[in-house]
Amino acid sequence: MSRFGYVAPKSVADTIHLLHDCETRGERAQILAGGTDVIVQMRTFDREPRTLVDVKYIEELNRVSIEDNETYIGAAIPSGVLNENQKLKSLYPGLLESADLIGSTQIQGRASIGGNLCNSSPAGDTIPALIANAAKCLIAGTHGTRNVPVEDFVTGVGTNCMTRTEFLLGLILPRPRPRTQDAYLRFIPRTEMDIAVVGAGVSLTLDHDRVCTHARVGIGAVAPTPLLVTKAAEALIGTQCDETSLQAAADACRAAASPITDKRGTVVYRRKVVGVLCYRAGVIARDRILNGQN
Amino acid sequence: MAEAVREFTAIGTRPIRPDGVEKVTGKANFGADFSLPGMLYGKVLRSPYAHARVKGIDLSEAKAMEGVFSVITSADFPKENPSDMSCNILAREKVLYHGHALAAVAARSQSIAEEAINSIKVEYEVLQPVLSADAALAEDAPLVDENLRTNGDESFMPSNVAATVHYERGDVDKGFEKADYIVEEEYRIPSAHQGYIEPHACVADVNEKGRASVWCCTQGAFEVRNYISEVLQKKISDIKVTPSEIGGGFGGKTVVYVEPVAVRLSELAGRPVKMVMNREEVFRATGPCSATVCRVKVGANKDGIITAAKAWMAYEAGAFPGSPVTPGCMSIFAPYDLKNFVIDGLDVLVNKPKVAAYRAPGAPQSMHAMESAVDELARKLNMDPIDLRLKNAADEGTEAPYGPKYPAIGLVECLKAAKVHPNYVNKPAKDVGRGVAVGFWFNIGMQSSAEIWVAPNGAVTIMEGSPDIGGSRASMCLMAAETLGIPYDSINAVIGDTESTGFCNLTGGSRTTFATGLAVVRACEDVIAECKRRAAMTWDLDTEQVDWENGFAVPRPGVNIEAEPLSFAELAKTAGRTGGPLVGRASVNAQGAGACFSVNWTDVTVDRDTGKVDVQAFTAVQDAGRAIHPSYVEGQMQGGAVQGIGWALNEEYIYDDNGVLENASFLDYRIPVASDVPMIDCQIVEVPNPSHPYGVRGVGETPIVAPLAATANAVREVLGFRINDLPMSPPRVLEALDNAS
Repeated sequence: MSRFGYVAPKSVADTIHLLHDCETRGERAQILAGGTDVIVQMRTFDREPRTLVDVKYIEELNRVSIEDNETYIGAAIPSGVLNENQKLKSLYPGLLESADLIGSTQIQGRASIGGNLCNSSPAGDTIPALIANAAKCLIAGTHGTRNVPVEDFVTGVGTNCMTRTEFLLGLILPRPRPRTQDAYLRFIPRTEMDIAVVGAGVSLTLDHDRVCTHARVGIGAVAPTPLLVTKAAEALIGTQCDETSLQAAADACRAAASPITDKRGTVVYRRKVVGVLCYRAGVIARDRILNGQN
Repeated sequence: MAEAVREFTAIGTRPIRPDGVEKVTGKANFGADFSLPGMLYGKVLRSPYAHARVKGIDLSEAKAMEGVFSVITSADFPKENPSDMSCNILAREKVLYHGHALAAVAARSQSIAEEAINSIKVEYEVLQPVLSADAALAEDAPLVDENLRTNGDESFMPSNVAATVHYERGDVDKGFEKADYIVEEEYRIPSAHQGYIEPHACVADVNEKGRASVWCCTQGAFEVRNYISEVLQKKISDIKVTPSEIGGGFGGKTVVYVEPVAVRLSELAGRPVKMVMNREEVFRATGPCSATVCRVKVGANKDGIITAAKAWMAYEAGAFPGSPVTPGCMSIFAPYDLKNFVIDGLDVLVNKPKVAAYRAPGAPQSMHAMESAVDELARKLNMDPIDLRLKNAADEGTEAPYGPKYPAIGLVECLKAAKVHPNYVNKPAKDVGRGVAVGFWFNIGMQSSAEIWVAPNGAVTIMEGSPDIGGSRASMCLMAAETLGIPYDSINAVIGDTESTGFCNLTGGSRTTFATGLAVVRACEDVIAECKRRAAMTWDLDTEQVDWENGFAVPRPGVNIEAEPLSFAELAKTAGRTGGPLVGRASVNAQGAGACFSVNWTDVTVDRDTGKVDVQAFTAVQDAGRAIHPSYVEGQMQGGAVQGIGWALNEEYIYDDNGVLENASFLDYRIPVASDVPMIDCQIVEVPNPSHPYGVRGVGETPIVAPLAATANAVREVLGFRINDLPMSPPRVLEALDNAS
């Protein structure tokens, strides 16, 4: 375990102040929410001393608000808590399912969507689902707050766009249009307790003639960062999301992917399966609309 | 001979285990739970290279560090004739695998110990590693051990082949001439780890007179005592080993890694030393099982009689000789009555951790090959796979391929039970594939001791030396209850340390319920003899005139005496007046362990777009001889099935080109989680073992043998072609599907 100090500020301003102080003194500060990534890292490979800034007790990071135009989800809310929110579940079933895939029941009592995003792994399960939902990150810093689209948040393996004096408050998701549904699928060799070898999130809007008017597709674990695949969305818009157009979207995902071969999968495997998951997630989202789930 | 089938009162029931409360409430003490005042923490420095010559080690900075009490290398072990185990525990001239230990420190805290380890400077001359049996057998292969000659024969040039094994009978060439169908295939089985949840852990405390006390998690405290004695050349009487509860072993805790290191560190520091491996160290530096290449050729005539069989196998031993190639060769054809066969096996050195036993060591690999080949044969013959096996099955009197004639065995009974089992009679749905395979393990007997102590209220303590891994305390209590004729609840079983019970070989080889159970039954009989003597004295009879019936001493029929039967409790209560406390003891070197056979079948589906195999159903039928506690027999069957399924589908050691293990964590070394497998249906068959008073056969190892081929055969059925290499992981299955289309 690395040596560490611990502070639990109660406000955004105090947190920024703390981060700023550490930065001035040249000390490392690290934001802690559920700790399901941070504590494991401190116990294994990342032994550098640091100050842990526990943001779980700040109101802004624990609030869910569902407004007419947009939804706000506090960054530190455990996925287990989010999944008890029926209203959220009905609006963004795919996103909530992606949060429900992370770890065990016990882990889900701590692990948050914000933490998943800030860990910035290419394989983070909630990120493609957030991308599909056009989510924006609300980031606080010394000069106030700023919004960054999720697809621009992660900048590399384990890195993101925040400076050392910034931290994530929450996520802002547009209220889904009528007849909109999302879905997220990941591939793992097991059934649970694993990391995505490939992930794909799809959000679709169909008009009353079953024609797709809006679509977004996010993919994970097939590039250094999760990706927004605009061409996959374009392949679906204007179609009835039938086999041909879903296949075209799948191929667009394959083209956008730049995976690596490692212990979890090969380039060929990941490229192939990202298309399969895009297709299948598209079918789920489409059928959710057609079956009148909203 | 085995007793005729009779009603038992205790045996075959399913009571709660004596150690259950402590384990479910978290109070039970496992290896890492023990501590002593003033204790230090030991850490090990491990090689970053898979193969390198150690040119120099600079310990000066570590030794000078505040809070460091002792620092050792192999130079601090006895210098003469080090055993392989000694060289594995602390490397000598060469490091032989990535993660090979070569120095250790004891310090006041774990972080100081870590700092000290990081301060040690080692100069290496990096050598080319040998990373597979194929590479090791290549003509110009680098040598893992420059002095190793095959079978110790000085007329051979040094090579990576430590030993060869050969068995044959009859004339295989003529046998193949008689065959109408021949299958010839090569199969590759990867290295798999036992995956015990509890890492190796110990505390060692050496006193001023050099006496060592060791607390550790192990499958055998007496073996640990022997190993410490050998490695450190210490007198056995100067070593006391106390086994903790054990969080899984599966063969992996039959050897030692940290115990002798902790003893030596403690000896030099003058303080107790605790060492606990982390998961990464367990994966990198403890023994997995052999990766194996098996070539099998089997021929049968059109009636389905196997006319000849031939096998060639190379077992990776890791960095030191001693793979289970011999049991692998002995087991490959064990289920069959064969007239003509040839078996060749090689024990091959590679720059990987030294392999350790893993549940039926050697058999899952070789029998995966044979059972896959027999499945192909059944397809060629268009014959039900169980029928084909019944036509060739070994039975009582069959000469086993490894020599002896089988006494009563249960293979045919298992096959017949499988054939009529509802799970087999119900044919799988479309797109679901079914695969069948049989399993086998020899089982062993060896030495065990047991003592019975009777309290004045008639309660019984069993003292024995077999660490309880699979519920053996409960089995001992059940056999004692049955033998003595007293309630199960009045009996407790205690696992002693090496100074509180007689010698006992380790818990392994599926021997505990059989051999230690035999000692317990004999010790109970010793108590009964004493009870009869006391009753005879009370009644003024000869001991021969007293019988023991259901927990009571009674006058033998025909003995003309008016006497109320004396209960065990009454005899215990009055023992002080009749000659002192009631005790019994026995020791055995148990013979006739009795081979255990099984039949498994599984139904699987394959996602053709992702290559993922889903196990839909799995049934295990196995001969237990006699199931003492059926739940724990089923527990063994289910646990072995899950380990076998994991090995078949996902588990493997993945090395990079430099011999660095890439998946040294449970995240990427994928043992199945509960939701990955269906409920494993079990049917216990009972063909009593004639060498045990209750007919017990060991049941712990056979369960892992058949699932590999059963799963592979099921996948073969779904895909329409066979994947010869395990694991059948999603990328491999998808690649095979791509190549097939």
